Amino acid sequence: MHDMLAEPMSSDAVVQMDEPADGRLVRLSQARPGERGVIAEVRAGSHADDHGVGVDELHRRLLEFGFVEGAVIEILHEGAIRRDPIAVRLDDMRIALRRRDAEGIWVLLDVP
Amino acid sequence: MSEAVLPPARVALVGNPNSGKTALFNALTGARQKVANYAGVTVERKEGQLTTPDGRTISVLDLPGTYSLRARSPDEVVTRDAVLGKLAGEQAPDVLVAVADATNLRLVLRLILELKAVGRPMVLALNMYDIAQRQGLRIDLEGLSRELDCPIVTTVATRKRGIEDLVAQVDALARSGALVADSTWREPDAAQIRLAHREAQRILKAYVRPPEHPDTLTGKIDAVLLHPVAGLAILLSVLFLMFQAVFTWAELPKDAIDHGFQALGGLIASNLPPSLLRGFLTDGLISGVGSVLVFLPQILVLFLFIILLEDFGYMARAAFLMDRIMGGAGLHGRAFIPLLSSFACAIPGIMATRVIDNKRDRLTTILVAPLMTCSARIPVYTLIISAFIPNRSVWGVMNLQGLVMFGLYAAGIISALGVSFVTRRLFWRGAVEPFLMELPTYKLPDPENVLRSLYIRGKIFVSRAGRIILPLMIVVWFLANFPGPPRGATDPAINYSLAGLIGHWLQPGLAPIGFNWQMTVALIPGFAAREVAVAVLGTVYAVGGQASPGALATSLAHHWSIATGLAFLAWYIFAPQCVSTLGVIKRETNSWKWPLIAFGYMTALAYLAAFATYQIARASGLG
Repeated sequence: MHDMLAEPMSSDAVVQMDEPADGRLVRLSQARPGERGVIAEVRAGSHADDHGVGVDELHRRLLEFGFVEGAVIEILHEGAIRRDPIAVRLDDMRIALRRRDAEGIWVLLDVP
Repeated sequence: MSEAVLPPARVALVGNPNSGKTALFNALTGARQKVANYAGVTVERKEGQLTTPDGRTISVLDLPGTYSLRARSPDEVVTRDAVLGKLAGEQAPDVLVAVADATNLRLVLRLILELKAVGRPMVLALNMYDIAQRQGLRIDLEGLSRELDCPIVTTVATRKRGIEDLVAQVDALARSGALVADSTWREPDAAQIRLAHREAQRILKAYVRPPEHPDTLTGKIDAVLLHPVAGLAILLSVLFLMFQAVFTWAELPKDAIDHGFQALGGLIASNLPPSLLRGFLTDGLISGVGSVLVFLPQILVLFLFIILLEDFGYMARAAFLMDRIMGGAGLHGRAFIPLLSSFACAIPGIMATRVIDNKRDRLTTILVAPLMTCSARIPVYTLIISAFIPNRSVWGVMNLQGLVMFGLYAAGIISALGVSFVTRRLFWRGAVEPFLMELPTYKLPDPENVLRSLYIRGKIFVSRAGRIILPLMIVVWFLANFPGPPRGATDPAINYSLAGLIGHWLQPGLAPIGFNWQMTVALIPGFAAREVAVAVLGTVYAVGGQASPGALATSLAHHWSIATGLAFLAWYIFAPQCVSTLGVIKRETNSWKWPLIAFGYMTALAYLAAFATYQIARASGLG
């Protein structure tokens, strides 16, 4: 398990978009309860061998649950052990997922 | 009537989980339902019938809930293949009914777009429409119907509203012989899912006005129930209540069934001369049926809790809270209910693994559930402990006998977690499914639907699991009673039976774990149920089946060494001494492979544990 608060962005993970000055771009896997924003990008993700189903399948499952670019997201709750899993409000639904499955989702946080 | 010659129409219900699909199915078909399995898989097949006002029969298939036709689990494969008309042994449906929660349309719209590509006539049922209206959600039904090119019916399944309308629309479509277009559906890739989502978004924006009073209650309840500390405390209380209920509420009807069948056996025994037939009727058949029905109260109490928690929307929250805790041992977050129930009895526990969707997660849970210390082990543990463990206090505060009992429970739990961990690591490496789950809006369970689901669960157990358990029980009875003792026999009758023969034959193999022939003989009828071994030991040690446990304990302490007693305890932690458990594993996995695997690994663990216990105890001078 890596430390989810202090993981530096690796070069291949930098999203190809201009980072607006007023928001912060984070992986959903590192977001904290109370934070909200808009999904900027959903990638196939890393940790290729860590998901029993493969990165492409995980990618498609995330999209099917509505984790798509432009969706409004808010982190509602987190589990007691290692702050995992997390519960989010995604547009008008509530969804629970593990942080490691949320690595490929980049969220542009609102300015508080 | 000429209408009577109309061929029956076939309808399939498709929708997201939590869309009220099953409630709609109940409202459509009422009591005319049949539950079976699809050929070759463990997925439940629910079909019902209804008759239209003009006498036409419509058969309705309730397909497993799904978010897409891109099947990801055995349940979803069934849904996809049934919709595409490719399911072995099933006729393709004439009409599809897409069931949608009217308050939660975003994801189902994408599913509907997939269903459109399949090309079959379709009706959209907007269910829970009353809640949508109460929230002030406005849906342009005409526009949406035009856009999707299919009729729309608004329904409130729990109040049976809109059902006639839905039937009329389905009937009209089936009657018109609407052409089945060629299916253009293909498994979408990520880019196509994005496109479909955008399209669904556009439709939603064009025809649905967001609610004026959106549901805020769910968020408020979640703030408490998903709280890292309070949430876990509440979950543990719910589980404790459930555990207590399975143990205590079920006790009274369980005893009543037990006594009822004993009385029935006694009635027959007093009216028939002693013979093999009488023995078969009373000890084989009647007590066999009784031993199936005796599980029913526990199963009904447990499933009442499960159905209520599921319908209320709490089950997904409980899985959320338990995910990390169970995940450490490679178990799914939902495995805690089956495992906890297995402390009362593994039969309802294994049946409860239905709450786990993923096949591997479910199989792991089924395999380890019998390791939890069930209530049938208690008479065996109590007997052996009172015979061999001195009743004295340890460190001034604890009782040694109680401590051993606690150790036996702990050994069961630890070995269950260990086995599941090893299974995960060794056999299903890297197969951890993503944990991605909708947390549905909280709803009050509808009593009628709860009772119907409960009734179906009970019926499935009696008719299907019973059909496996009863013959096994009769086989065990046969082994223990046939052939009868010869004239003038002095030893207990079982000694001359097939069970006695097998016991004597097995004895050399069990000598290294300290078992004498009386014990190996007792193990055979002990397969009927663990506590039966106690009665058989009473018989073979000729203290009489009805003797007080105290007398038997004294006799055992006289005949066995301490090492043997401890080895017997160790054996009983693991041994698969219960044909009902093996039978229900067969029923739930739809194959003899898994009960055989369970039998094999549990016997191996039991032998190893008893061997180690016996040898260590002897080496420590307890032989």
